[in-house]
Formats: sequence, structure tokens, C-alpha cells
Amino acid sequence: MSTSGQITILIVDDETAITELMAARFLTRNFIVFKANNGKDALSQLDANNTIDVVILDVKMPGMNGLETLKLIKERHPLIEVIMLTGYPTVEDAVDSLKLGAFDYLKKVVDFEQLNTMIKLACEKKFKTKNIM
Amino acid sequence: MNTTENNSKKLTGLEYYRLFIKKMVILLVIFSLVPIFMINTVLRHYFLSSYSAKVMEHMTELIQKHKQNIDNFLQERLNNIRALASSYTIEQLTNEDFLLKHLGILQTEYDNAFVDIGVVDKSGKQIAYAGKYKLVSADYKDSTWFNQALKSKYYISDVFLGLRGQPHFIVAVKKQCNNKEYIIRATINFDTFNAMVEKIRIGATGFAFIVNKSGQLQTRNMYNLQTINGSSVLDFLNKIDLEKEEVHAVQHLQYRGKEFIFFIISLKGGQWRLVFQQEQGDAFSELYKARQMGIIILLLGSLGVILIYYLMSRKMIRFIEQSEQQREKMNEQLIESGKLASIGELAAGIAHEINNPVAIMVEEAGWIQDLLKEEDFKESENLQEFTRSLLQIKLQGMRCKDITFKLLSFARKTDPRAVKTQINDLIEEIVKLSKQRAKYSHVEIKTEFEEGLPEMMASPSELQQVFLNLFNNAIDAIGTANDEGLVTIVTKRSGDTVLISFSDNGQGIPKANIARIFDPFFTTKPIGKGTGIGLSICHGIIKKLGGDINVSSEVGIGTTFELSIPLFLESDGGIQTIKEFEERL
Repeated sequence: MSTSGQITILIVDDETAITELMAARFLTRNFIVFKANNGKDALSQLDANNTIDVVILDVKMPGMNGLETLKLIKERHPLIEVIMLTGYPTVEDAVDSLKLGAFDYLKKVVDFEQLNTMIKLACEKKFKTKNIM
Repeated sequence: MNTTENNSKKLTGLEYYRLFIKKMVILLVIFSLVPIFMINTVLRHYFLSSYSAKVMEHMTELIQKHKQNIDNFLQERLNNIRALASSYTIEQLTNEDFLLKHLGILQTEYDNAFVDIGVVDKSGKQIAYAGKYKLVSADYKDSTWFNQALKSKYYISDVFLGLRGQPHFIVAVKKQCNNKEYIIRATINFDTFNAMVEKIRIGATGFAFIVNKSGQLQTRNMYNLQTINGSSVLDFLNKIDLEKEEVHAVQHLQYRGKEFIFFIISLKGGQWRLVFQQEQGDAFSELYKARQMGIIILLLGSLGVILIYYLMSRKMIRFIEQSEQQREKMNEQLIESGKLASIGELAAGIAHEINNPVAIMVEEAGWIQDLLKEEDFKESENLQEFTRSLLQIKLQGMRCKDITFKLLSFARKTDPRAVKTQINDLIEEIVKLSKQRAKYSHVEIKTEFEEGLPEMMASPSELQQVFLNLFNNAIDAIGTANDEGLVTIVTKRSGDTVLISFSDNGQGIPKANIARIFDPFFTTKPIGKGTGIGLSICHGIIKKLGGDINVSSEVGIGTTFELSIPLFLESDGGIQTIKEFEERL
């Protein structure tokens, strides 16, 4: 979270249109938004920026897929909450995501308000965990 | 292409089998009946020939015996007169009282076989007579018998009417005395003689008669003997050459519209013939009966064989029809499942490819919605219309998502391989997975897991599907029915079974629906919300594991699904005990 109390999110999706749109919409809701189009880029942004609270991560991506990226994020930044977002949902992927520490597993097309709520819940969880630690 | 090929191509599978079975049955009938007929014919031939030989032999013996009797009778009567002629002098024999006395003796001794006795001198004049006719001084010089009697020492005449006008015949013996020849003659009682022949009766139609060399009857014409092929039956019989003492048989002689058998044997040194006549059918009646019985048995047997083959072929055709129908059904199912698999793959592809563009569209609509909230647009006349339209785009986008999600569930393949599975862990994962959804729906999840449940062999992905389905159903059932929704999941071990229950405090299931909830495509959810296959799939998976799934529900109170899954498996080595099973795990 930034010093101004805004929630900082990173949107990771290979579809630029999605990242751009979501970014624009979250900006209007007073979020600080970062964008990445692949797992590698996402990881480097996270490494460089420790203010990011929640990552919205697409599962199917070329190169490093969402689950692999999630695993690395959780290894390097265990406090950051990750919400998985996919157009091809399966129980196996969902279970694996949760096992790897994802906050939730959502299906595209997601209701923006639901996602909004979900990010806030994730953020709350992050701070609770941080305070305990 | 020739006609045969065309024809064979036109035949469907069933028609081909029908034709094949028809041909097979015809061949079987032929190959079964031909040996039966052949054996029957051979046996019949041997039986008929041996039986008819036996009958003929018997008849021949009988005729020979009768011939012997008749010949003996004639010979004895002749011997009686010969004894009389040789024992007494001509003076004694010409004494009528003496003759009368001896006639009486002969009649008494031989059952009235003699009618009268006379002595005739060489001129043909009867010089002495004893008997009931007035034949003293009768003149026989022109009589055939007298002339024949003079030629030999003794003589037996044919039957003739003579002076008395009655059929009779004579035995005559020549006696010489004082260089003079006399004929001692006796008349044989025709009735006595005739009765001897008439008593030869066999069966219903067999009788005998005697003919002389000229074919004249020597017995009464009792049976209205007629003609054969235009000539008298007597002529016909007379023409037959006879070996001495041998019985000659004529079979299958067409006569009076029937078939007859004749036995002929010579009598009286070849001067007479004893003829026995009988209808062929009567003579061989037992044989013909046996033959008829044989034919009836053969026909019934053949009919039985044909009937059995006919019934067998019908049964086979029915069996093949059923198999063919089953095969067609399976083919249809195979095609159907092939189609489903293709549709599934296509659906997965479409769902995956479509979700991203739809997501972008919905996001774009959301973005425009966000922009419309800014000041510049608030004055716009069409703001309300824009808002409505954008809402509609979002709504339809979400609808697309639901459709693609259903397509994906339809196409999704689960891994059916059984591995060691810990039920508690599996349910825990599902709970975690659905936690957010539950929270969103204001539903609390309570779990009561029995510690230390043994692992069991099952497919985790299949069980996950079952648990997720039951869990989602529970949340759906609560819906808006209860603000304080509660889903309770309990696991416990009961002997060799694990019991798992999913209870909710939702709207409950009406009694009428309970019996049908596991039926495929049965759903009470609104159109587009449920496919009706979830519980059916759950039921199938649990049954596959040898378990059971039961439901108890009360409207307004809630529903409980209880699963019982056995811990042990049936393996090649038989059912393992729980301990063995646990050790193996």
C-alpha cells in the first residue's frame, strides 16, 4: 500500500487490451496500477517495487504460465496476495492455485465490482498477516 | 458391376443373416432327412422282403399240407375199393346184399365218404349196385370214366354230373376173374370232398378250389370266379406250367379291381390242380400295417425335424435381430459419444478463445460506464440510454461467460485413475476453493472431520467433482432462502466404510422430486442455471467405488446428502481385509 493509503495492484495478462482497460478502470477507483504482459515481467516489477499489495494473474499465458508465476511470486514475496483469473477454469488448476497460496481463483468474464471487493478482501488479509508477523 | 454384386450390396445385415439362416436350415433339413429316408428305405426293403419271404414260405407249407391231405383222401378211398376188389370174389361182389353190407361198413368207417358201390362188366353194364340211386343195369359203355378205367388198373375220375344229374366223381378198380374184366366202382361223396377244400380258409379273403387239366372246376364255384384279362381265371391258372410237387406262386395279379396272390400245386398225379387265392393286402396285412406305421413314423419324424429347425431358425433370427439392434444402438452411442467428444474439444477451444474477447468487451463497457459518470456526460440527453445499453452489454457478456463455462464443464475430462486418497484433505481443498464464493453468498462452512481416516484407493479428480458438486448445490440451495446459511461437512468411519455428509439449511427438496434427483437431466434450477447432470454424475462415481449416496430433505429446513464409500477394494486376490488394505497403503 502506498503512503497515501491507496491499494497498489499489478495486473498480469497476455492480452494488452485487458491490462489496459482494467488499469484504466482501477485508476478511476483510486488504485495504483501496474501492468505486465507476461510472468517474467511481472516478477521483475514485483522485485523492483515492494509497494504492490495484490496481483491479478492470468493463468494461461505464453512462456511462464500463471501457476508457475504464482509459485515464484509466493516464494519471493509471500505476503503479496494473488488472485488468479482465467478464461479456462478447471478444478485441478483451482486446487493447485490454492495449494500454492493464491487468494482466490476467478473465472473470466469477472464482474468488476466482485473483483474490486475481492482485491479489498485480499488486501485486508495481507495486512492482517503482516501485522501478525 | 454385375447383378449378383448389386443384389448382395442391397442386402442389409439382417436380411443377409435371414437368407443365410434360411439356406442353412434348408441344408440341415436335407442333410438330416436324406440319411433318415435312406436308412428307412433300406430297412423297409429288407424287412419287407424278409417278411414277405416268411409269409410265402408259410403259405407254401400250408398249401403243401392241404395238397397232401387231399391226395391222401383220394388215395385212401381208392385203396378202400382196391382192398374190396382184391379181397373178394366176383361172385361175392356181385351179390347186392354183400355190396350193401360193405357199403355200410365203408360209410360208417369213412364218414359217409362213399355214396354207392357198383360192379360193371366189360360191356359197360352195371351188374351189381348198392346205393341210394336206381342204377342197377345202368349202361356206362359210353362214359368217359368207364373207358378210362378199362385202360388202367385203377382210376379216379373228374367231377361230372353223370346219370344222376349231381356232381360227383368215381374211384374205379379193374378186377380180372375167369378171363373176364370187371370194374368195381364207388362214388365219392362230393360234399365230403368239397368240404375238405372249402375249409382251407386263411385270413378274410383266402380260399381254395380245384381245377382239372381242362381248367374245369372240381369244387363248387363258391366265390364267383371271374375272368382275368378277358379269359377265365381257370384258363389262366391252367396255362401255368407246374413242376411236380412244387408250389407255384403268382403275386400282384390284378383281378376284380384288386391285387391277388395265387398258389397253385398239382393234385392227383398232375390231373388236378389245387389253387389257393387271397387278396394281396389280406395276405400281407401285417406287413402293410408295419409299412404304413413306418411311413407315418418317418413323416412325423421329418415333420418334427423340420419344426425343430424352423423354431431354431426363428430363435436364431430373433437372437440375431436383438444383437443387430444392440450393435446398432452401440454404434449410435459410439457415434454419439464420438460427436460428444468432438463437440467437447470444440467447446473447450471456443470457450478458451471466446472468454478473453468477451472479457475485453465487458471491460470496455465497464470503462465507458466509468467515463459516463464524469461531469461532461452528465448533461447528455441520452445518458440513460447509454447506461442501459452498457448494462445490457455487461449482462450479455456475463451470459456468454456462463455458456462457455458450461461448455468447459461438458468438455472437461477427469482422470479416472485410482490413487491413494485422503478424503479429509480432498474436502479441505474443496472448502478452500469455495470459501470466497461461500463468503460472497453469506454462507458459513462448518467441518467435522474424523481424525486419522485411512487413505483409500479412488480417483481424486472424480471425488473432487463429487464434493464440489454437492458443495455448490448446498450453496445454491441456501441462495436467498436463509440469511444465515450454513453448510456442514462431516466425515467419519463406520466399520469398513467412510461416511461423508453435506448438510445445508437451505430451501429443501420437495418429496416429489427426491426420487428423481439422481436421474440424468433432472433439475429444479432455472433454465440456464443447471444442466441436471451433476448429481447423476456424482451417483455414477460413488456407485463405481462400490459406495452409495442417499439424500434426506425437509422443505424449509434443509437437505443432507450422505455418501458411504467402502474402504477396501476387490482385487485379483479377492477382497482384502481392512487391516491388509491399511498395511498395503
